[in-house]
Amino acid sequence: MGGIARRDVLKTAGAAVGASLLAPGLARAEPTWKGAPEPEARLRVLRWKQFIQAEYDAFMENVRAFTKATGVKVRVDAESWEDIRPKAAVAAATGAGPDIIIGTLDDPFKFADKLVDLTDVADYLGAKYGGWYKTAQAYGRKGDRWIALPQGAAGGTVNYRISTLKKAGFEEFPKDLPGFLKVCQKFKELGKPPGLALGHATGDANGWTQWCLWAHGGKVVDEHDNVVLNSPETRAALEYAKQLYATFIEGVLSWLDPSNNKAFLADQIGLTLNGISIYTVAKNSPDPTVRAIAADMNHANLPIGPVGFHTEDQLVLNAYVYHYTKYPKAAKEFLRFMWEKPQVDLWETRSNGYVTAPLPGLNDNPVWTADPKVTPFRDVLNYALPNGYAGSLGAASAAVMGDFVVVDMFAEACTNAQTVEGAMKRAAERAKRFYA
Amino acid sequence: MTPPPQASVALPAAAGPGARRRRRTALLMQDRNVLGALFLLPAGTLLIVLLAYPLALGIWLGFTDRTVGTPGHFVWLENYLSLFSDAVFRLVVFNTLFYTIVASAIKFPLGLYLAILLNRRIRFASILRAVVLLPFVVPTVLSAVAFWWIYDSQFSIISWALVKLGLINHYIDFLGDPWNARWSVIAANVWRGVPFVAITLLAGLQTISPSLYEAAMLDGATPIQRFRYITLPLLTPIIGVVMTFSVLMTFADFQLIYSITRGGPINATHLMATLSFERAITGGKLGEGAALANLMIPFLLGAIMFSYFGLQRRGRGAG
Repeated sequence: MGGIARRDVLKTAGAAVGASLLAPGLARAEPTWKGAPEPEARLRVLRWKQFIQAEYDAFMENVRAFTKATGVKVRVDAESWEDIRPKAAVAAATGAGPDIIIGTLDDPFKFADKLVDLTDVADYLGAKYGGWYKTAQAYGRKGDRWIALPQGAAGGTVNYRISTLKKAGFEEFPKDLPGFLKVCQKFKELGKPPGLALGHATGDANGWTQWCLWAHGGKVVDEHDNVVLNSPETRAALEYAKQLYATFIEGVLSWLDPSNNKAFLADQIGLTLNGISIYTVAKNSPDPTVRAIAADMNHANLPIGPVGFHTEDQLVLNAYVYHYTKYPKAAKEFLRFMWEKPQVDLWETRSNGYVTAPLPGLNDNPVWTADPKVTPFRDVLNYALPNGYAGSLGAASAAVMGDFVVVDMFAEACTNAQTVEGAMKRAAERAKRFYA
Repeated sequence: MTPPPQASVALPAAAGPGARRRRRTALLMQDRNVLGALFLLPAGTLLIVLLAYPLALGIWLGFTDRTVGTPGHFVWLENYLSLFSDAVFRLVVFNTLFYTIVASAIKFPLGLYLAILLNRRIRFASILRAVVLLPFVVPTVLSAVAFWWIYDSQFSIISWALVKLGLINHYIDFLGDPWNARWSVIAANVWRGVPFVAITLLAGLQTISPSLYEAAMLDGATPIQRFRYITLPLLTPIIGVVMTFSVLMTFADFQLIYSITRGGPINATHLMATLSFERAITGGKLGEGAALANLMIPFLLGAIMFSYFGLQRRGRGAG
């Protein structure tokens, strides 16, 4: 009996693969979707843990709507995004676990062969909503095959105090590197120093050091995954960072991801790099002094360096389906449904723009413009470069990030633990181990 | 397994051999060796499934280049050779040894001192003993988060108190300076580890017969002499066991570091366990992560051997 059941499953899986091979042609012709979940299908979804409860509630409302429309039962679990990484790895290695994971960054590229081809869904959504943003596409497509569906980015921008910027003599936030440095220096003089994490803070520390490296034209690897970190551009980036670091509040070397939120909300720093969470917390705080911080803060995109284009590093979220799922069609149908405009709109509105949509057609939600302080978050996916730029996403790019190679390089140079040359050489050696 | 009884009822022809088989089973069941093996089976299975198999798998993985997405090939010692040429790994070995040796060296005298204090006849002895055990009872992650706040560069209560007392004029950068960070995590580990040492040594102290102390007192032995010639020799076997466990737990520490520093700043507090996790899981290099974990085994075996041959035997001879 067990054998027959298994053969049934294999047949279903085979049919699904067949369908996905045929579908791209159809999807490209015109954006129509003819997906139908398997009968009696049920799905287990593991997603990143919410920072804003309203966001999760809206997500679950969409899930219930999906169940109502299709009859597919969906169980959703949420865990801290950093805890999803080991779970995703274990699921890939053992061939058992949730059917769908909504995780982050290069994870799906570490086990691309274990994932269901999502090209048909991606092509359909891309055609319908104006084409994926370039960086979103980088986080979804491997070669000519989509292995993950980008959900968007939990974007990070500069958070700064308006009054301090005015006192510093700036009308608006500078868009170039010399201006940014001047702002930081003025902020320090005015007793509201900047604070950007330099500890092993996966999000915040990578966020600004990668930006700084890329803004100066430096990069860990070239297009062919050769390590090219040891370069005059990297040297320039480190020299610039040293000047920035001189203006920071003390202790950033120990900062983890939550540290800057605490310091900003306690009125200790006047400038940092963060998602929208500080603003949301401040705005909804019962404490009037904290609400005053919300009124006196604004956001700006990180400035453009000598390379001449935006070089932000953002936390991109992406969903992927494992081959072992018994219901690949239902999984695709679920993702398609959740990515359609009505669902995305509800979700974006309720979460007050927590996640930047990956497609221009989904990115016209009024939440982005109703409060102008939220607007800088809208376009972060357009301004971001993929992790491991300019090379490919995969095990090596994930390992370099996991080992904090770039963060440590900046920390060593900024604190004079190493010379600029020394820090750069050491980091290049470390990167070469992973890209070998 | 004995065959179900209805089988013999339904098939009378099979009754003869079935009955003989049952008799043989009954005989076997009375054999001490068979029975002993049978009773050992559950424990043995547990040990093999939960300990031996994962250990063997880990050792095997260390010789392969397996990553999260690929099965990997046997690569002999490549992982180990590549680790030895990795500056981060060498720093991490130093960190781990420093962390273990210093933390254990502080935990032992502190724990012994506490144990001797608690062994005296004092008021509220049982309550005090319970209080001493508290740090060990609190989940590690909780105490780690508490220390994370205590050491915060902006909100540290220690810095705040010292500034208010006028002893210092700016906040201490506990976790932002490599050496400060090393000492800070050691302090957190000591706080957490001392109760285990103290309570176990206290148990050992209480097994020492008071008549020995009475006899020594009659002979005019000083407190120091009593400690040196009665307490210490009789306590040595327990000390050996406690310190072995303490060293093992410190050496393989993960939670404290991962919650307080993530191995930062600039890898100053990265231990072998945290680096192994980062390489294997975050970085996806299962083979290298396993090799890193395997490299902990010689150190741990060394610690066990030291306590077994160094402390245990001397203790037995003295006893």
